Amino acid sequence: MILDLPTIMAFTVAFAVFLYVVMDGFDLGLAILFPFARPGDRDTMVNTIAPVWDGNETWLVLGGGAVLAGFPQAYAILLPALYVPIIAMLLGLVFRGVAFEFRFRSQRRQHWWDRGFVLGSVVASFMQGVALGTVLQGVTVVDGAYGGGWCDWLTPFSVLCGISVCIAYMLLGACWLIAKTEGHLRDDAYAWARKLVFATLAAIVAVSLATPFLLGQYWQRWFEWPTIAVTGLVPLLVALVWLALLRTLAARRDRWPFFLSLALFALCFAGLGVSIYPDIVPGTLTIWEAAAPEKSQVFFMTGVILLIPVILVYTGYSYWVFRGKVGADAGYH
Amino acid sequence: MLDQFDAVLLARLQFAFTMSFHIVFPAFTIGLASFLAVLETMWLITSREIYHNLLKYWMRVFSVAFGMGVVSGIVMTYQFGTNWSVFSDVAGPVVGPLMAYEVMTAFFLEAGFLGVMLFGTDKVGKGLHAFATYAVAVGTLLSAFWILAVNSWMQTPQGHLVDPDGRIVPGDWWAIIFNPSFPYRLVHMVIAAYLTTALVVGAAAAWHMLRRRAQGESRIMFSMAMWMLLLVAPIQIFAGDQHGLNTLEHQPIKIMAMEGHFESHAGGAPLYLFGLPNMEEGRMDYGLSIPKLGSLILQHDLNAAMPGLDTVPREDWPPVPVVFWSFRIMVGIGFLMLTVGLWSGIARLRGTLHESRWLHRAALAMGPAGFVAVLAGWVTTEVGRQPWVVYGMLRTADAASPVAAPAVGTSLMAFVVVYTLIFAAGTIYMLRMMARPPHDHERGPLRGQPQHAAGIMPGGAAAATSGPELR
Ligand code: HDD
Ligand code: HEM
Ligand code: HEM
Repeated sequence: MILDLPTIMAFTVAFAVFLYVVMDGFDLGLAILFPFARPGDRDTMVNTIAPVWDGNETWLVLGGGAVLAGFPQAYAILLPALYVPIIAMLLGLVFRGVAFEFRFRSQRRQHWWDRGFVLGSVVASFMQGVALGTVLQGVTVVDGAYGGGWCDWLTPFSVLCGISVCIAYMLLGACWLIAKTEGHLRDDAYAWARKLVFATLAAIVAVSLATPFLLGQYWQRWFEWPTIAVTGLVPLLVALVWLALLRTLAARRDRWPFFLSLALFALCFAGLGVSIYPDIVPGTLTIWEAAAPEKSQVFFMTGVILLIPVILVYTGYSYWVFRGKVGADAGYH
Repeated sequence: MLDQFDAVLLARLQFAFTMSFHIVFPAFTIGLASFLAVLETMWLITSREIYHNLLKYWMRVFSVAFGMGVVSGIVMTYQFGTNWSVFSDVAGPVVGPLMAYEVMTAFFLEAGFLGVMLFGTDKVGKGLHAFATYAVAVGTLLSAFWILAVNSWMQTPQGHLVDPDGRIVPGDWWAIIFNPSFPYRLVHMVIAAYLTTALVVGAAAAWHMLRRRAQGESRIMFSMAMWMLLLVAPIQIFAGDQHGLNTLEHQPIKIMAMEGHFESHAGGAPLYLFGLPNMEEGRMDYGLSIPKLGSLILQHDLNAAMPGLDTVPREDWPPVPVVFWSFRIMVGIGFLMLTVGLWSGIARLRGTLHESRWLHRAALAMGPAGFVAVLAGWVTTEVGRQPWVVYGMLRTADAASPVAAPAVGTSLMAFVVVYTLIFAAGTIYMLRMMARPPHDHERGPLRGQPQHAAGIMPGGAAAATSGPELR
C-alpha cells in the first residue's frame, strides 16, 4: 500500500464517515430509545445531546463533501444509485432536527414532536444502513454513470443492514446515556444495553456472514492469503471487545461501555474497509480511477491537513465544557 | 426523451424549492449572529443588564432559525449528487473542494461553538462566552464567502481548464474563487442579510410599542434596527447598481431579460417600469417606459446603443417574465426600505422615534420584506442564468441525474409536505417568541426547564411554575 494522495483522501473520507457514524449514531440511537423511556426522563435525554448534535451532523456534510471534492465521479455514480435511501434519510434528519427544537417550544404538541423525533431518527438510521448495504452489494454502472433503476437498492441484504444499523445505534445511545445520566434513567439504560449487546452481536454476525457472498472480491479478501492475516484478526478482536463490554455492563462501570461500543464500531468499520479497499464503487471504480484532478486533490488536502486538527481540538473542547452527568433537573441555564 | 425532460423539470423545481427554503434561514441567521455579537460586546463594555436581556431573548429565536437552516442545508449538499450527478461529475473538481472548505472553515466553527453559546453561559466565563458568539458570527460569514464563491463561479466561470473527457478542472484557484461577480455578490448578499435581520428586529420592537408593552429593551432594538436601515439601505442600492453593471459586462443576456429588452436599441434604450414580457412574440406588451433611461443607468450615456434579445439565439433565452418581475420586486422593496430608513431618521431628529405610531406600523409591515427581496434577488440571479448551470459551459438540461421522473416527482412531493409542515410550525414558534416583549431577567434558550422545575409531575409542573411562560 503506497501512501499517495488518493489513498490519503480515501482515509479522510473514511475518517469523516466514521466520526459521523459514531457521533450521530449515539444521538440517533438515543432517539430510537425514546419510546421505551419514562416520559419524565425524555427532557434529560435530549439535554444530554442538545449542545453537540449540530456538530455531530456536520461530519455527515463533510463525509458527502469530501467524496464530491475528492472523488467526483464516485459521487455522481453513488448518489443517483442511492436516490431513495438518501432522500428518505435527509427527510428523516430534517424531521428529527427540528423536532428537537420544537418539542421545547410547545407544551401542547410536544408528544407530536416527540413522535416526529423518534420516527425521523428511525428512518434516518435505517436508511443509512440500507445505503451501506446498497454500496456493498454493488451498483450497475454503464458508461461511467449510474445505469440501474431507482428501486435497485431494495434487497434482503440492504434491509438486513438497515435493521442492523438501527440496533447498533441503539446500543451506542444506551451506553451514552449510561455515561451521562444517573438515577433510574441510568438503570433503564443499563437494562436496555444488556439486551442490545446480544442483538448487536447477532447483527454483526449476520451481516459478516452475508457479505463475502455478495461479490467475489470480498470472498478473496476475507479468506485468501495474505489478507486473511488481517481479516482473521478482526473477528477475534470483535469477540474480545464484546466480552469486555458485557463485563463492564454487568459491573456497572459507567464510562466504559460507551468507549467499548465505540471500539466495536471501529472494528466493524475496519472490517468493511478491508472488504472494499481500494475500490470506492465496489467492483467498478477504484479510488485512483475516481480521484479528482491533482490540483483539486492538493487544494482539498491542504485544507484537511491544516483544518481538521483544529476542528478536532475545539470539538473536543465543547464536549469537555459539557462533560459530566446531566442531572434530572439540571438542564442548561 | 419526453420522460427525461420531465425528470429535468422536476429536478429543477425540487432544487428551486429546497434552495428557496434554505436561503430564508441563512439570510436571517447571518444577520442575527452578527447582531448577537454586537449585543454581547455592548454588554461586556457597558455591563448594562439591558443588553444581556436582549442577548438572551434573541439567542432563543436564533436557536430555532439556526436549526432549520442546518437541516435544510444538509439537504442542499446532497441534492448536487442525487439530482445533478452530471453536474457533480463535470464540475465537481472545481466546486467540490470549495464546498469542502465551507464545511471545514465555516460549518464546524459554527457547530462547535453553538453549544457553548446557547447553553454554556454558566459553564464558561464571560470572555469565553463572547468568544463563542464571535466564532458563530464569523462562521456564518465564512459560509457565505465560500458558497457564494461557488455560486459566482457558476455565474462567471474563470480560472479553469477543460480536460479531454469534457470535465471542468481547476487551473488557478485564486482566479476561480475571486471570479468577476464574486465580490459584488458577497457584498450584496451580506448586506441583504443584515437588512433582513434589521427589519425583523425592528418589526418585533414596533409590535411591542404599538401594543404599549415596550420596555427599554424594545426601544433599543427599534433604534438599532432603524439605524441599520438608514445607513445601509442606501449602500445596498448602490451595491445593487454596481452588481448590475458587473452583470452587464459578464452576462449581458441576463440584463436583457431583467430589463425586458427584446429589441435592440441603437440610439438609447428605454427603462421599462412595467409591462408584460411576451416570450412567444419576443416583445413587451403594455410596456410603460421612460425613454433612454435604461442606457443612462447601465451605460451612463443617454444615447448608448443596447443590443436586445433579438441578437441572441432563442435557445439561449432565460425565462424573461420571471426574471423581469422578480427583479422589479427586489428593487421595489429596496426603495421601500430606503423610505422607512429616511423616515426613521427624520423621526429621530424630531425626537419622535419611539412615539410615531405610523412609523411603527410601517416597520411592522416591513418585517417580512427582507425575505421577499432575498428570494426575488436569487430568483433573478438563478433564473437569469438559465439555460446554463455553469454559464456558457454546461446546460441545465445536460446536468441532471439519470433518475426516472416518478422518483424525482415523489421526492419533490415529500419535500413539499415535510417542509410546509415544519416551516409553518417553526414560523409560528418564532413569532410567538417575538410576540412577547423582552424584559428584565430574561431567560436564555433553556431546554424544558419548567417541566422539571417542579419535579414530580411532568404535565402539571409547567402550570405550577409562576415565572414567564417558556415557549
Ligand atoms: C434585502 C435584500 C435586497 C435588496 C433590498 C436588494 N437586493 Fe439585489 N439581490 C439580493 C438582495 C437584495 C440578493 C438576494 O442577495 C441577490 C441574489 C444574488 C446576490 O448576490 O444577491 C441580489 C441580486 C441582485 C442582482 C443580480 C446580479 C446577478 O445575478 O448577476 C442585481 C442586478 C441586484 N441585486 C440589484 C439590486 C438593486 C439595483 C437594488 C436596489 C434597490 C437591489 N438589488 C436591492
Ligand atoms: C440561495 C438562494 C438560491 C435560490 C433562491 C436559488 C434558486 C434557484 C432556482 C429558482 C433555480 C431554478 C432556475 C430555473 O429552473 O429556471 C436554481 C437552479 C440552480 N441553482 Fe440556485 N438558487 C440559490 C442559490 C444557489 C447557490 C448558492 C448555488 C450553488 C452553490 C446554486 C446552484 C444552482 C444549480 C446547480 C441549479 C441547477 C438547476 C437549474 O439551473 O435549474 N443556487 N436555483
Ligand atoms: C446550493 C447552495 C447551497 C448549499 C449546498 C448549502 C449547504 C449548506 C449546508 C450543508 C448547511 C448546514 C451546515 C451545518 O451543519 O451547519 C448550510 C448552512 C448554511 N448555509 Fe448554506 N448552502 C447553500 C446555499 C447557501 C447560500 C446562498 C448562503 C448564503 C450566502 C448560505 C449560507 C449558509 C449559512 C450561513 C449556513 C449556516 C447557518 C444556518 O444554517 O442558518 N448557503 N448550507
